[in-house]
Amino acid sequence: MAIFPPEKRIWWNEPVEKTEVLWIFIALLWALVMFFMMPYWHVNGNQNLSNEAYRIRPEVYAQRTEEMAAKYTVREEGDTGVPVVRPPAGSDVYMLARLWEWWPVLELEKGQSYRLHLSSVDWLHGFSLQPENINIQVHPGYDMVLTVTPTSSGEFSVVCNEFCGIGHHTMVGKIHVVDK
Amino acid sequence: MAEFRTCPDTGFAIDLAADKLIKWNAVTSVVFLLVGGVFGILVALTRWPAVHLLDPDLFYLALTAHGLDVLLVWIIFFEMALLYFCSAILLKSRLAVPWVGWLQYGLMLVGALITNVAVLQGESSVMFTSYVPMMAAPHFYLGIILFAVGALMGCVVFFATLYIAKRDKTYEGSIPLVTFGAMTAAIIAVFTILAGAVILIPTFLWSLGFIANIDTLMYRVIWWGLGHSSQQINVAAQISCWYAIAAILFNAKPLSEKVSRTAFLFYILFLQLASAHHILVDPGMSSEWKIFNTSYALYLAVLGSMLHGLTVPGAVEAAQRKKGYNRGMFEWLRKAPWGNPVFSGFALSVVLFGFLGGITGVMMGTEQLNIIIHNTMYVPGHFHGTVVVGTTLAFMAMAYWLVPVLWQKELVFPGLAKWQPYLFGLGMGLASIFMMGAGTLGVPRRHWDISFADALMVHQFPESAYLMMGLAGISGVIGGVGGGIFVLNMVGTLLWGKAKVPAPAAAEASEPAPEPAIGGAATEYGSASTLEVPGTFILALVFLTAFVLYYFVNWKYLASVWGLS
Repeated sequence: MAIFPPEKRIWWNEPVEKTEVLWIFIALLWALVMFFMMPYWHVNGNQNLSNEAYRIRPEVYAQRTEEMAAKYTVREEGDTGVPVVRPPAGSDVYMLARLWEWWPVLELEKGQSYRLHLSSVDWLHGFSLQPENINIQVHPGYDMVLTVTPTSSGEFSVVCNEFCGIGHHTMVGKIHVVDK
Repeated sequence: MAEFRTCPDTGFAIDLAADKLIKWNAVTSVVFLLVGGVFGILVALTRWPAVHLLDPDLFYLALTAHGLDVLLVWIIFFEMALLYFCSAILLKSRLAVPWVGWLQYGLMLVGALITNVAVLQGESSVMFTSYVPMMAAPHFYLGIILFAVGALMGCVVFFATLYIAKRDKTYEGSIPLVTFGAMTAAIIAVFTILAGAVILIPTFLWSLGFIANIDTLMYRVIWWGLGHSSQQINVAAQISCWYAIAAILFNAKPLSEKVSRTAFLFYILFLQLASAHHILVDPGMSSEWKIFNTSYALYLAVLGSMLHGLTVPGAVEAAQRKKGYNRGMFEWLRKAPWGNPVFSGFALSVVLFGFLGGITGVMMGTEQLNIIIHNTMYVPGHFHGTVVVGTTLAFMAMAYWLVPVLWQKELVFPGLAKWQPYLFGLGMGLASIFMMGAGTLGVPRRHWDISFADALMVHQFPESAYLMMGLAGISGVIGGVGGGIFVLNMVGTLLWGKAKVPAPAAAEASEPAPEPAIGGAATEYGSASTLEVPGTFILALVFLTAFVLYYFVNWKYLASVWGLS
């Protein structure tokens, strides 16, 4: 009984029953399959996070985002006054998180790749692209660079899913994806 | 000189100092379960879109309090009771240094109260995780630090008791498996609390203004060395309870001491790596680091859990077959005492923890798969499958045995107790499933309003997401009522429970006192009496099939989202 000391003093020499041995073998095999799925996906999968990230001062990040917006703004989003920025395919695209907005709105082309930068100028935020359901942690002081390739077009929302204070539930941004 | 009493039900010699500490820790834990549970019901009623009960500031406050009081305070107070039970009582020893035990109790209680006050004052709605640079009041951190130091004191008492029991030869051979599991929990607790000290002490100083800046990534990596590892304490403690209940109800002997202890050893060796589960979509950590750490090396801790998943029900099957329940594959299971809350709580805990908590945890802890669930409702869905229907239910089952035995009182509402594990287990199990469903549809966690009524820009979640959140709210309330019935029964038993008739025959009728005869191991290797566990093996294969299918379904889902590199 498990609440008493083992009956056999030398319990570690007891043979293991064959059902258990078989299960250990199966479980170990499954563990290895799951482990090697991750490197396999790095080689053969299309959804991997890059390891590219830089330390950056929030004001520098904000300045780069504003420079991009100044260059490529095409219109304003509805009546919100937020610029819609359409940077060229393949370029560095910045999205800035702050209390409580994602800035600016981006317009991307379907099938093209962009170097998307994500960083915060104040607290932690959560980049949650809906309805794709791509979720990235956004830190202040770290510039994370992802190469994204939109494979569907339409209007996408960026919801904040890291609690960032009392206005957290109002923090929504937009990414538009247009066909060429 | 330590004094002992003899337990009329079990014949154990119980050190009176240990007895008292176990009782105080257990009672306090149940009180905090009540407090945290009430906050939990408020959270459920707010995230249920049709009800949307609380205002945003109160919602975030209630969510912070809910996390702290149930995830931390309820569970760790109960674990302190378990540590004293598994050392002093199971080893029939006196408790070493009882005054340190009282220091444990005092520090944890004061710490829990201080942090609760900080949260209720409204300036510390920073969530359980208290990520910097969002700052709470200094006493929020101070309370947690005191609480953690108290828990460390409890571990000290536990290890010291193991030492004097060995020295005084209060038992023969090796410590029991259940004590070994508790020791696993205590060792992990020491690592965990040290990680907590490394990050929370500087954060406390930062909140006082002595430190200018705490790096957000460093905070998350080290804080989760506390936050995730403390869940591994729970797993080890809960599996000890499983083995203990199997032994108490069925006289079940572990299929193999060697395998079960090795599985616990895997926890000690590898569970410390689990901080990475939370950092999979963060900048600044390499893929190699993420893959190695998130998989606990080569999923060796998962292997440990899969072994326990076979050996715990396997031990029950072997014991039941020995009693003659040998017909077919599952007579042993059908003839189990399903009306006894100790058994039903245990059985539901094993099954729900495996299917809801275990499978989903491994899936979401996969480096790339984390992209499609990180910080969505899937995450609370998963951990309600682990700490609620796994740990909490196992502790409730344990309490249904422990409380009547320690206090020598009859349960005050035996009829309610019969139903309570089903109500709580199914309610919280469904809440867990619906939260995961909502998370798969993208609903964020820790979010007051997914309709974005006050927002400049709006995202329209699909109707199905609202349905999932509504069902999660209803199930959560049902589960919450189930939890309330447990608290009522425990508190009621202490206040109004009738004294037990100490004769073992009378005790047997009302509660599952272990049969005094321990002799006759359930399995004997290499002899004609060797029993196999075919029923358990089939159940294990069902589990594995679900695991494999679910795992690959999520890869397929991942493959459909935008390309990322």
